[in-house]
Amino acid sequence: MASIDVNGKEVEVDEEGYLVNLNEWTEDAAKILSAQDELELTDSHWEVINFLREYYEEYQIAPAVRVLTKAIGKKLGPEKGNSKYLYELFPYGPAKQACRFAGLPKPTGCV
Amino acid sequence: MEEGGGVTKKFLYVNRRAPYGSIYALESLEVVLIGAAFEQDVSLAFIDDGVYQLKKGQATDGIGMKNFSPTYNALGDYDINKIYVDKDSLEQRGLTLDDLMNLTWEDENENYAEKPSISLVNSEELAALMEQQDVVLSF
Repeated sequence: MASIDVNGKEVEVDEEGYLVNLNEWTEDAAKILSAQDELELTDSHWEVINFLREYYEEYQIAPAVRVLTKAIGKKLGPEKGNSKYLYELFPYGPAKQACRFAGLPKPTGCV
Repeated sequence: MEEGGGVTKKFLYVNRRAPYGSIYALESLEVVLIGAAFEQDVSLAFIDDGVYQLKKGQATDGIGMKNFSPTYNALGDYDINKIYVDKDSLEQRGLTLDDLMNLTWEDENENYAEKPSISLVNSEELAALMEQQDVVLSF
């Protein structure tokens, strides 16, 4: 099993780079995972990452991208709840990539 | 969906088993969520021990399984809001609608008003429901 080094602590990831154990997530882990994609996390990224963690906490699933887009729009406003904005932040796919940074499993229904 | 894109079929997922002890309930829920991406006309039915899947206050610590029941609350976000529960099955188990999770959906056309997703049905209504479907998947 692969792993990443978070401040000297070994954190397991699966073959696609998703955290194996959700509880091992820290903000530093998110920074390391995003650095793998050569992405620097801004406040706008954190907004989405934190939203995903809250969604998972409540529903125990990572939302599909359509659901994420709609929910972000409702919570943070229509200028953020659209694919263009979210893809600019997360070029590899807002659900897929942001979920990885948030330490969640790959979204159900994401192929 | 290159071919036949835009064709909407009526899908009914029939759930008859208790939530834990077998993988059927969780698998059904995952198929429903995955299938939701295809924007079909989806209904869910809960019959026999399947009604326990929607029971409030599930606690799985003792059996070491993940409690996936909170996920049913996300169905509304996935535009799945036709959830039919067999009234007889509930009664036979000493349950009422109040023992089930309060599943809701938001009606975008009515300023996101929250509406209940669960309807209780009798066996004739269930039969009629099945009759209307293009696809019935049983779990």
